Amino acid sequence: MSSTTVPPARSGFSPSEYIICLNGIVWREALRFLHQRERFISALVRPLVWLFIFAAGFRQVLGISIIPPYETYIPYEVYIAPGLMAMIQLFNGMQSSLSMVYDREMGNMRTLLVSPLPRGYLLFCKLLAGTAVSLLQVYAFLVIAWFWDIAPPTIGYLTVLPALVLSGLMLGALGMLISSGIKQLENFAGVMNFVIFPMFFASSALYPLWRVQEGSPMLYYVCLCNPFTHAVELVRFAVYGKMNWVSLAVVGGCTVVFMIGAIIAYDPSRGLVRRGPGGGEA
Amino acid sequence: MTATDAHISSQPLPDAASEPGAAVQPALSIDHVSHSYGPRHALIDINFTVAPASFTALLGLNGAGKSTLFSLVTRLFGIQTGRIGIFGHDISRTPGDALRLLGVVFQPRTIDLDLSLTQNLLYHAALHGISRREARLRSAEVLDRIGLTERAGSKVRDLSGGQMRRLEIARALLHRPRLLLLDEATVGLDVKARADILDHVRQLVTEQGIGVLWATHLFDEIMPGDDLVVLHQGKMLAHGQVSRVIADAGAQDVNTAFMRLTGTTTLSGRAPS
Repeated sequence: MSSTTVPPARSGFSPSEYIICLNGIVWREALRFLHQRERFISALVRPLVWLFIFAAGFRQVLGISIIPPYETYIPYEVYIAPGLMAMIQLFNGMQSSLSMVYDREMGNMRTLLVSPLPRGYLLFCKLLAGTAVSLLQVYAFLVIAWFWDIAPPTIGYLTVLPALVLSGLMLGALGMLISSGIKQLENFAGVMNFVIFPMFFASSALYPLWRVQEGSPMLYYVCLCNPFTHAVELVRFAVYGKMNWVSLAVVGGCTVVFMIGAIIAYDPSRGLVRRGPGGGEA
Repeated sequence: MTATDAHISSQPLPDAASEPGAAVQPALSIDHVSHSYGPRHALIDINFTVAPASFTALLGLNGAGKSTLFSLVTRLFGIQTGRIGIFGHDISRTPGDALRLLGVVFQPRTIDLDLSLTQNLLYHAALHGISRREARLRSAEVLDRIGLTERAGSKVRDLSGGQMRRLEIARALLHRPRLLLLDEATVGLDVKARADILDHVRQLVTEQGIGVLWATHLFDEIMPGDDLVVLHQGKMLAHGQVSRVIADAGAQDVNTAFMRLTGTTTLSGRAPS
């Protein structure tokens, strides 16, 4: 077999190559999102339905006492607004994982995974791209909510941003981890029943935990262990320019764990992609 | 002359292949590679090389292990046994350096149907760290080469099957790889589109010096001067220049040689009764 002379390949990647790659992945995710107008509309309608219908109905039933970060009595709509912001991110995270399963079935995922840049970095870029899309949705929701007199302090629109980024990363990483274990798109319906609904309802998104504790001490502990509860509380405190350190630690820790899990799951030598042809090959 | 033929570039290899200090390496080396899915052996001790500026056909029936081998070379699967190198870069140890030199066209289409041709190319370029400005130049160049400049802004889903394949090959070449893998690239295409694509790839070998590994189950895609690897039920049955493989099998053509080597009588892979 003949051989020939080839140049020694340049080793490693420059910082600009990493940035170009990140920009490209975010740009592609944004393009896909813009092409799917129905996705944007449904992402907005979902929390608005909860805000305008559910909250209007329950405001007379559920009393909200003065609990941190609130310093006075608040309407129920104000209470659930942070929960709905986190809900947007929860659905977006799962939507991103659905998109990854779709990409894997359609073959698009291979384009990403055969890039020479480190696979963990590629997945992190994908995660950041999904989070960026979720931020667009959350701020669009906040604009509409403002017209409904749900207006946090002006500075809150800024202080909530880091919390939204972190919670978006955590929920996106969870979605990515879940996507690595789903063999077929059809199986994704189970995610709705076994992940999204339990996470959302067993949290402090719709009712404060002291209310839950009154009704069911066991459910209270389930809610406490639910990372989504802490995402909601992190966002809730951040909107008012305050910090919930416990929630920050939980959300930060879960982000790292879920991300490492996703990277392992997509690692060809160790993860779930080993299963074989048609068996989740990425 | 086809549109593809007319737009093949004759420009020299980028990143000149004769720099001082260069190393002598095969484009692809498959070194005693085995792979199993649970108890089922998909590949058993596969061992061959692909030279730069050569066309190597990987011939095998469906299920022979061709796609598994491609998944190992592209690092979609982890290597269980053996070693794979691309121009001397171990795909397991230095995947970035190896994948940088590799272009690949998978059997299933991997382009985003809802994005335009240019958007697909720019996305691919970004995944290889190529700046937007440079990517636009290269995209325009490759689209011109495959005769799709006028469709640059169209959505990919509006292209024909043959045009999509040409776009995928163009995309695989955008980052100027030195080794190109094509897995059943002509499946589902009409006769003319198949011929166009095959001609296109062969010209890449002769004009740009790219090493090509062409997985197929179609005998008529193989030429006497090609290198040939015969894969059957996960085992490599023959490797060498086509004429030598035919002679070693005591056959008159590739078809007969393949049947003799594999003990099959038809392309469905049924054994003779």
